Amino acid sequence: MPLHRPESLSAALELLQGGRAVALAGGTDLYPALRDGTPPPEMVDLTRVDGLRGISRSETGWRIGGATTWTQVLKADLPPLFNGLKAAAREVGSVQIQNTGTVAGNLCNASPAADGVPALLALDAEVELAAPSGTRRMPLGDFITGPRATHLAPGEILTALLIPEADGRGAFFKLGARRYLVISIAMVSAVVETEGDAIKSARLAVGACSPVARRLPALEAALAGKTISQAGQAALTYDYPELSPIDDVRAGAGYRREAVATLVARAIGQAALTDKEVPHVA
Amino acid sequence: MSLDAPQGHIGFTLNGAEITVPADPTARLSEVLRERAGARDVKVGCNAGDCGACTVLLDGAPVCACMIAAGQAQGCEIETQAGLVARDRDAERLAQSFQRHQAAQCGICTPGMMVSAVALLRSGEALTEDSVSDALGGVLCRCTGYRKIIAAVLDASTTAPLAEGGIGAPIARLDGWPKVNGSERFGDDVAPADALTVQVIRAPFHRASFRFGDLEAFRKENALELILTAQNVPGENRFGVIPGFEDQPVFAEGETRFRGEAVAAVIGNREALAAMGRFPVTWEELPSVLTPEGADTAALLHEDRAANVMCRGYVARGNAAEAMGRAAHVVSGDFSTGFIEHGYIEPEAASARRVGDRIEVQCCTQAPFMNRDGIAGIMGLAPEQVRILPTATGGGFGSKLDLTAQPYVALAAWILNRPVRLAYTRTESIATSTKRHPSQVHMEIGADAEGRISAVRFDGVFNTGAYASWGPTVANRVPIHASGPYKTPNYEAKSAGIHTNTAPAGAFRGFGVPQSAVAQEQLYDLLAEKLNMDRLAFRRLNCLGNGDPTVTGQVFETGMGIDACFDALKPHWDKALAEAEAFNATNTAKKRGVGIAAGWYGCGNTSISNPSTIRAGITPEGTLCLHQGAVDIGQGANTVIAQIFAEALGVPVGQITILGPDTDITPDAGKTSASRQTYISGNAARLCGAALRAKILRLGNVSEEATITLEDGGITLSDAGTTVRVELEPSEGYAIEAVESYDPPTTPLDENGQGDPYAVFGTAAQICELEVDMALGTVRLLRIVAAHDVGRAINPLLVEGQIEGGVAQGIGLALMEEFLPGRTENLHDYLIPTIGDVPPIESLVIESGDAHGPYGAKGLGEHCLIPTAPAVLNAIAHATGARVHHLPATPDTVRAAIRAAGTGT
Ligand SMILES: Cc1cc2nc3c(=O)[nH]c(=O)nc-3n(C[C@H](O)[C@H](O)[C@H](O)COP(=O)(O)OP(=O)(O)OC[C@H]3O[C@@H](n4cnc5c(N)ncnc54)[C@H](O)[C@@H]3O)c2cc1C
Ligand code: FES
Ligand code: FES
Repeated sequence: MPLHRPESLSAALELLQGGRAVALAGGTDLYPALRDGTPPPEMVDLTRVDGLRGISRSETGWRIGGATTWTQVLKADLPPLFNGLKAAAREVGSVQIQNTGTVAGNLCNASPAADGVPALLALDAEVELAAPSGTRRMPLGDFITGPRATHLAPGEILTALLIPEADGRGAFFKLGARRYLVISIAMVSAVVETEGDAIKSARLAVGACSPVARRLPALEAALAGKTISQAGQAALTYDYPELSPIDDVRAGAGYRREAVATLVARAIGQAALTDKEVPHVA
Repeated sequence: MSLDAPQGHIGFTLNGAEITVPADPTARLSEVLRERAGARDVKVGCNAGDCGACTVLLDGAPVCACMIAAGQAQGCEIETQAGLVARDRDAERLAQSFQRHQAAQCGICTPGMMVSAVALLRSGEALTEDSVSDALGGVLCRCTGYRKIIAAVLDASTTAPLAEGGIGAPIARLDGWPKVNGSERFGDDVAPADALTVQVIRAPFHRASFRFGDLEAFRKENALELILTAQNVPGENRFGVIPGFEDQPVFAEGETRFRGEAVAAVIGNREALAAMGRFPVTWEELPSVLTPEGADTAALLHEDRAANVMCRGYVARGNAAEAMGRAAHVVSGDFSTGFIEHGYIEPEAASARRVGDRIEVQCCTQAPFMNRDGIAGIMGLAPEQVRILPTATGGGFGSKLDLTAQPYVALAAWILNRPVRLAYTRTESIATSTKRHPSQVHMEIGADAEGRISAVRFDGVFNTGAYASWGPTVANRVPIHASGPYKTPNYEAKSAGIHTNTAPAGAFRGFGVPQSAVAQEQLYDLLAEKLNMDRLAFRRLNCLGNGDPTVTGQVFETGMGIDACFDALKPHWDKALAEAEAFNATNTAKKRGVGIAAGWYGCGNTSISNPSTIRAGITPEGTLCLHQGAVDIGQGANTVIAQIFAEALGVPVGQITILGPDTDITPDAGKTSASRQTYISGNAARLCGAALRAKILRLGNVSEEATITLEDGGITLSDAGTTVRVELEPSEGYAIEAVESYDPPTTPLDENGQGDPYAVFGTAAQICELEVDMALGTVRLLRIVAAHDVGRAINPLLVEGQIEGGVAQGIGLALMEEFLPGRTENLHDYLIPTIGDVPPIESLVIESGDAHGPYGAKGLGEHCLIPTAPAVLNAIAHATGARVHHLPATPDTVRAAIRAAGTGT
């Protein structure tokens, strides 16, 4: 049962051709999904591929490598724009999960409850996908197509997340039934830029309330020019047509819909106002 | 490929030693560490990242070894609990701090906790409650309630000595060091390396009929050693725990009654099992019933149990109907709770080997002798032909009383004459082990104009699942306890256990009493509100005192200490109420509330003989041995029983060598359940210690007052200034020996449930302070104050440990736990409290003594969680004005209650 540990991207891509081998990063989605069964017969470990781990800055934005762990996100020196992503990183499972689980794995696994997705949607993240034939980019919102479904082609590797430089501050709230190790009932991320008392721009995303986490473009547009408290009020009265929450073991659909409004209002306030640590919800 | 180790091997540094082991590089690192590298201090509780028991340091970072491909560790440095404690001074100090604080109970989570804590200590981050919680948040503990773990980590750098002393001293767990240094061995840790593995084939439907294909052909094709079905059971293909209710087959025949029920087992080596094809069985799903509604008209699960009623319980006193009619104030309500999973971090595990015409089973268990007799019945052997060698048990809470993995390994090892092992997967454990009974309760309580309880009517329906297990005990106990520890002159309580197509409900800390308390204590709040009385004062007015008859007419002249519990809580209550009021005056989004609830619990079995026997002896060489068969599942029996014995004998506890609980060498101390070990086995230990003392004093011809000193292979007796040396005669066995038994004095109950069901009751009352986010319905607990009358605290630290662990389970029951068959069969859908969900707990230990308990001690294990859930619910109601009737009070449930009450926005 080979486990390949390539050190270059080209080697990794080559090993993944033929569709037999499975990409492995932190294994925190892959192994539990086996449900005590045996691992895939052939795996390609991406964690040692040169250049895939870490966060860097370019002229136009930020690059989060395709094998960057949540712990690396937490420890990185990032501007307040990333407060939401950092808060999400802190909420992923536990220290153990954060130490091995990767941001890219979270996206490729495409769980509706993936905490990374709303945080990255609110940052207008794009994914960079590499194949032996070349590299392509697409917005994260297009990349994930449904629960556990993405545009990742067989043999392709998510090599990076690309986040455009922007002003503004991020926030993230996760709602769960216990403090640690909890699958979200709902989570909300906001990136808000203010001018004086008024909102200049707001980017909002909600997870676990639709097959794929969603941005809220209509609400975002409506917030421009509003004060923070007006914006909070708008969030509470907005009817969230983007969302289609379901009943599951964690909560009912009606509750999710109602809770999201509260969380969005609070996330806007958090992102707009404070410099403090993002407090935990639930 | 960049593996430097030879093909098929992986090399890494394990606790400082460079090693190379044969391993599949895609295998889970946890498995390779345990099975190939011998690191059995790495525990496996879930194989899915959910429990953290498998935490190791990989190049210094804590990770779950169950999700690391072994090949990813190639060339890395791996550190585990045992290695850390042996090699790292800070880790060794941490281990001592764990001992000092009794941060390990059963010890199965301890490796994960300590390894995570070492990473925090090394990081240099400031140690605060928050940083400790963040660092340890990925490791679940079901025993301790986490508070002592937090305290131990915060105190990791100090080196205070361990406490010493006799009864009443907070001495460290006598069996604690192996738990904190990584050498403790649990159910699967002792499996012989050459053992074959069992895999059980289980039903995928709630109810189904089934047919096997060609089993022999399948066996050959898949290189299996053996396939077991009902046909291979030489004795009776059924087991159970209550005489007359042994109704559960080892392997179903023709029809399965719950999802996960066993129909066959395959035995082979690991490779063969991993490669095995689809087992040849065809299923036909049949209509099933999962709740008591509709069970009366559903197909009978057991031919002899009409309407699927397993059994009923009844207690009546006075005239409840008439008194209710006359009551000045009456409240009533319906309350329900769901299936609760025990959630011990160690899944069931056993291994067996045949020794001539005997079978030896090593397993985690709460009831070695019951297991022995059960296996003997299944195998058609005499009980003496079965030997149970209990390993350390990584939590039990009631579910490890019943047989689980043992019959499969015993049968296979017997037939194959080779060692055989089986460790349940987490899913297998949750799907098939016994559960706390779901309850549906209708209750009505009446009081007179002055607020005195005049009448109670209680009707509880309990879903007992497919098989009886301990269901009859629940049906019996509940009507005796449903009044709570209060004077209730007119009382009528009915209970029924109903069969459904679900996993059997059995014993779980409290045997149905926590469920009835959820109804009774919430109605008490409603009644206090109607009476416009303070909720504590109302309870204090009505609580039982010495000399008051209980609802079964039993009168305790001493030791009914619930009044003292309320009195101890009073200052905390007043302060908490004032603080909540002040907070609420200035906050609208969040509201604070304070709740109170009480509980009681009879120690030992209900109205039947349940003796314990303890044996002790002194070898000719002067070693004092205590044959201690009261299984320590983390609660501390090894320490408490030894403390009691040492006190009675008059020697320091450190001189005792504890033997057992192997059924070949220890007499039967009964099962670890019903909070009976401290009281019943403790009394046997006291009698045994006293008997041994009397014999020794007689040999020296000295007075009762003499001091016994064991030294230099003999005994020195000092009495009023004279010293006598007793030489020990050479002999085969012990030079001096004593065996004593104790059986609690109880009486049978009459047709109205009147009589003396237990010789000892323990009582408790708790306060919960919390904060509710009114818009989200999320609940944050702030503090629990728990007042417990334990009669006499043999070991105050163990008492606190039991209280904190029980409170944590009560929190889970109140706020998050519910097993849904087929849906929450893992530890990420079935939630138990994490380290961040248990607030500070202040224990107020009341010692009112007891007429029967050893040195006045009562049992405690189950009392701890009974008041917690209703105290939480009462606090939620106080904070929000909204009452939750149907548990668990998850955020959506609380929010719905707030909306219904119209108290939110
Ligand atoms: C106990 C526990 C708690 C958890 N809690 C949370 C939580 O709170 N919030 C949350 O969102 N998630 C949670 N998770 C899920 C998981 O940890 C995250 O989704 C994590 O980010 C996955 O990353 P990974 O590197 O471990 O992925 P892996 O398991 O290694 O991979 C996941 C999938 O992505 C593919 N893949 C990985 N990287 C790439 C790549 N670069 N290119 C192409 N394909 C790739 C793999 O082939 C696989 O199919 C939890 C998991 C566990 C076990
Ligand atoms: S066994 Fe690895 S986390 Fe539970
Ligand atoms: S001591 Fe933590 S699980 Fe038992």
